[in-house]
This record gives sequence, C-alpha cells and structure tokens, in this order.
Amino acid sequence: MDARLLPYLLILPVTLFLGVFFLYPFFLVAQQAFTTGAGFTLDNFRDVVSYWKFPISLKNTFLLALCVVPIQLALSLLMATMVSRMEKGRDLVLYVWTIPLGISDLAAGIIWLAIFEQSGFLNSMMTGLGLADQPVNFLSYQNPLMVFVAIMLAEIWRATAIMLVIIVAGIGLIPKEYYEAAEVFGASPWQRFLRVTLPLLRPSLQTALILRVVLAFEVFAVVAALGGTLFPVLMGEIYAYQFDLQNGGAAAALALIVLAISLAFTLIILRALRVPKGATI
Amino acid sequence: MTDATIDVPAAAGTRKAGNTLYIASVALLIAWVLVPLYFLLVNTLSSPETVNSFPKPFLPEFDLGSLQFFAGFQGMLSALKNSVLVAVLTMILSIAIGAPAGYALSRFDFRGKEVFRLLILLTRAFPLPLLALPLAVLFIRTGLDDTAFGLALVHTTLAIPFAVLITFSLFSGIPVELEEAAWTLGCTRFTAFTKVVLPLILPGITASAIFAFVISWNEVFAAAVLTIENRTLPAFLLQTLAESPMHLKFAGGFILVVPALIFIFAVRKYLFAMWGIANR
Repeated sequence: MDARLLPYLLILPVTLFLGVFFLYPFFLVAQQAFTTGAGFTLDNFRDVVSYWKFPISLKNTFLLALCVVPIQLALSLLMATMVSRMEKGRDLVLYVWTIPLGISDLAAGIIWLAIFEQSGFLNSMMTGLGLADQPVNFLSYQNPLMVFVAIMLAEIWRATAIMLVIIVAGIGLIPKEYYEAAEVFGASPWQRFLRVTLPLLRPSLQTALILRVVLAFEVFAVVAALGGTLFPVLMGEIYAYQFDLQNGGAAAALALIVLAISLAFTLIILRALRVPKGATI
Repeated sequence: MTDATIDVPAAAGTRKAGNTLYIASVALLIAWVLVPLYFLLVNTLSSPETVNSFPKPFLPEFDLGSLQFFAGFQGMLSALKNSVLVAVLTMILSIAIGAPAGYALSRFDFRGKEVFRLLILLTRAFPLPLLALPLAVLFIRTGLDDTAFGLALVHTTLAIPFAVLITFSLFSGIPVELEEAAWTLGCTRFTAFTKVVLPLILPGITASAIFAFVISWNEVFAAAVLTIENRTLPAFLLQTLAESPMHLKFAGGFILVVPALIFIFAVRKYLFAMWGIANR
C-alpha cells in the first residue's frame, strides 16, 4: 500500500459519511427553507419571524443562555481548581461531579420536576418547615419567574459537568513548573490563577464555551419537561412546526435561524479567545 | 490577599478556616449533584399513590408499584428496546467510521490535515439534531423512515466528531516508536497495528464507544422527529409528557438515568485524557 495514500483512505469513511448525513441534509434544509411551491422565496422566514411566539421564544432562549452559561463557567472553574489541589478522594469527587454528563436533558427536566411540581419535594420541605400552609403550584403561568428559575437550575445542574471535564483536562496539561516559578516570585494563589491558569487554559475555555453556548441554543427537553408551553424556546418551536403544524418549510427556516445564531456565537468565541500562533504548550 | 507580614498563629488560623470552607464547599457541591438524583430515586421506589400524595416522604418505601406501572405501560418496553438497539448501532458505526480517521490524524502528516481537523471541529458548532428535519423526508423515500438504523445514522453524525477527536487523542498517547519497533521485527503496518497498538488502545476505544452510546441514548429531538411507531425511550417519554401521570414520568426518568451512572463510572479513567488532547 502506498504510504502517501493511506491517510486519505483512513479519513475517507468519515468524509463520505459526513458528506451524506451532514452536508447533504444541510443543503436540503436550506433548500426547504428558501422554497415554497414556486421557486426561491423568503416567505418561510417572513412567516416564522412574524408569528407571535417568535420574539418570545428568541428572548427566552437568549435569556436562558445568558443566565446559565456564565454561572456554569464560574462554577466549573471553581470546581476544577478545587479538584486540582485535592489529594485524597479526588477520583470519587470527580466521579460524582461528572455524573450529570451522562444524564440527558429530558431526564434532568424530570429530575427537577420531582422537586418543583406541586406535590414535589420543595413544597413538602416548605410546609414541613412551616414556610407555607399549602403547596404552591410553582410551574404554572402565574409563576413565570419560578418556571424560569427551575429550568435554569436544571440546565446548570445538568450541563456544568461537560465544561468541568474539559477544564480539568486542560489544567492537567499545564506544566507544574509554571506554578512553581510563579510561587518563587511570590504570586498569591489568586494571582497564579489569573496569570498562569487562565491564559494557558485558553484552548480549553474556547472548546468548553463553544460547546456549551451551542448546546444552550438547542435547549429543548428540559424546557418541555418543566415549562411545557409556558416557556417557549426556539428548538421547541421548530419541533412544533415540524410535528404539530406539519409545516416543514417553516421548521427549516427557523432551524436556519438557530444555525446562524450558533455560528455567529462560535465565531465570536473563537475570535475572543484566539490562541496566538506558536503559543501552545 | 494576605501578605507575608501576618504572624504565624493568625496565618494558621486563616488556613484552618480556609480549609474548613474548602471542605464545606466540596461537600455542598457533591450534595448539589446527588440530592436531586436521590429525590428521583425516592419517587421511583414509591408506590404511585405516594408519588401523587402530599407532603412527600423523604425516604423511599421500596415499593415497586411505579416501576411495574412503567413496565406495563403500552409501548414502553418496546421503546426501551429501541433505545438500546439504536444506541448499540450508533456505538458500532461511530467507532468503525471514526477510529480510522483518528488514527490518520495522530500518525500521518498529510495535505489537508488541518482543514479536515477544522471541519470535524466545526461540526460541533452546528445544532446537529436539526439535520433530522430534511432526513425525515429523505428517509421516507429510501424506506429508512421510522427504523432504528435510520435514526442510528443521524445519531452517528452526532457522535462522530467526538469519536474522531477522542480516538485521535488516544492514538497520540501511544508512542509511534512501538509501532516502528514492530516493523523492524518483521510486522507489516497492519499486523503491527493489530498486534501492538490495538491491545493497548482497546480499553480507550471501549470508553469512546460508550460515550457514543450515551450520546445516542440521551438524544431526544432527532428521535422524536424521525420515529413514529418505533420510538426510543426519550422520544416516547417526550410525547407522553403532557398527559402521562407523574409516577410514569419519574420511573421513565429513572430508567434513563441508570445507564448514565454506570457509563460515567466505566469511562471515568478516560474522560479527562480524552478531552485533554482533543482540545488542542
């Protein structure tokens, strides 16, 4: 076998597969979004954008991402630095903290439903402590803030683990000598974190943020389990178009809008956290 | 920040207080993860009547009523079976297709390598479940609609970027000298791979296969769009969300969670090594 051809042969299956099941459907979505019966049109987009639920679901999706992702970033950085100075029990603590990584958004929604539903654990606790006389229906239209908080908590609970894993792996790649040198020069732990850990963690932060932000725009099942129709989000609207309204063109147009938002944020993160050439460890 | 002029006992006092705070925060964060899971367990192991009663007991009754109701619910067991089938197919497909590319990325310098890597990375920036929308039409044309295999193809698209990057980092962790030594001892490239590299890499490959399994097991959007009769468990639960009783939801959620616990435990050793190199 010609050694120069071998690598191409090895990447051929992935390339073919992604060509058929990634690029091709992507073009189909675009085609479906831009056509109705009679050729090129922007009607689908106009329909989708002018629907009364669109501004709400757009706002909800952004608000959720805006509230969830920064907290997750801070929390995962905190957890990662905690773990890095741990000697005993490190493996056990990391295992527990990464458990939510394997838990789906739907399951996470159901888990937090057990806490927030009317006869759930939060109400049981509150009446047990004498804070409330009778169970409050948290997840109803009278309590939009509670619906939002419940969804937010479930998202933070579920998806911090993926950032934690990426950041812990990134910290593991930073040479210990850097910290020793910083310590010799009298840097406090906080200074070491700011001047050594954070700059060298850039590539990992980039990956973690891109992954999380994109997934935040895809939020769907958590919302379906906790908020139902009380808290419309973009992905849920796509599902509704495709499934309940049987309007493939509109679903495709909305899908492209979500895609454009995801790509825009990916580029922003790539640019904001770009790694200078030749500066990798 | 404290500075060096503080006398020793005070510094020791601060350190002790800091340590207590540190241990308390670790404990709190562990509780933050485990307590909601515990509540789900309590609900799952209680009778349907208890689940719907108020106030709720904080200890499980060890009553299997809810789980029995789940098992007896029309279509639930076949949804569970579909979920396993789709996830296993996804696991096999993504490793079979992704691992060779991971090997190529770690061992060869070839033209277009950086472009290829970038494309793989870029696929992660796409909301991939959306691809299920056009594929629904395509699958109807090809007869793949509503089949486990069709859904597995979409889930493989989701899992493949991870499979490539993870196997890439795994292969990169094995010194190329080992392979070269095998070549000088009379192995061909292929036998060197099967006899030297493969045994070393197998646990890691298993871990990344399990990762693909979890991705498929948890995916709900594509599953809900692409399957009607042969729904997977998440799709089935999602569809019945509005009308199903609470105890059914909790039992279903519990069944969804159990494999996750086992899988994260099985791959815990590899979890961090996999991501370490995959980010570079």
